[in-house]
Amino acid sequence: MKVKELVEKLNLKVLSGENGLDREIDGCYISDLLSDVMGNAEMGNVWITLQTHKNVMAVASLKEMSCIILVKNLGANEDTLNQSNEEALPILQTSLPTYEIAGQVYNLLHS
Amino acid sequence: MHLEYQVYEADFVNAGSASSSIKKTLKQLNINPAIIKRVVVALYEAEVNAIAHAYGGTITADIDANKINIKVVDKGPGIPDIDWAMQEGNSTASPEVRDMGFGAGMGLPNIQKNVDKLNVQSTVGVGTSVEMEVNFK
Repeated sequence: MKVKELVEKLNLKVLSGENGLDREIDGCYISDLLSDVMGNAEMGNVWITLQTHKNVMAVASLKEMSCIILVKNLGANEDTLNQSNEEALPILQTSLPTYEIAGQVYNLLHS
Repeated sequence: MHLEYQVYEADFVNAGSASSSIKKTLKQLNINPAIIKRVVVALYEAEVNAIAHAYGGTITADIDANKINIKVVDKGPGIPDIDWAMQEGNSTASPEVRDMGFGAGMGLPNIQKNVDKLNVQSTVGVGTSVEMEVNFK
């Protein structure tokens, strides 16, 4: 599944990185601890988090994740959005809390 | 090939830039992606440690046909008990740093899991040196 299908099906808002909407998704990882994500996430994963600072982009980029979903309508600062645009690694936003959006992503990726 | 980077205390905005640069170099050298992944995880953690815990420092990387050797030498304050610091879950990070999602006590263990050789030396009041090596084959 591509990131843009995830956006459409789960009604996510694209905050940045639109050029990366064709990235292929392979699984999902959920954590707000950066070292946990660094150590355990896989290439192509969707990353669901409430962290919004620039280091999130650094980690997502180094791990070659497919996109980031920020929960509860959290926004990212300009630095973070700029890097997302530069790397074409989309930052998406949902109004839902982590549990709800995680369930939806799970159902979608396993359907 | 010899590469060198400076890291600065609390400069979180640039955390990961040395890792990103070395990752690109290793890709250009056609190193096995699974090996690159390990280097990147270990180096990122060491880079963040120098930013979060130390007064900055220097990263040097030496790459030859068989391996990459990376040294992260910081300017202190040093680690009083390295064995304690190596245990997963132990951290001296400030509340602010923890709020950013760092300081979970996973950094040094993450490094250890991903390198073939690790040598951590520290002198309180002077600084810490983390030397790590990953073989390409």
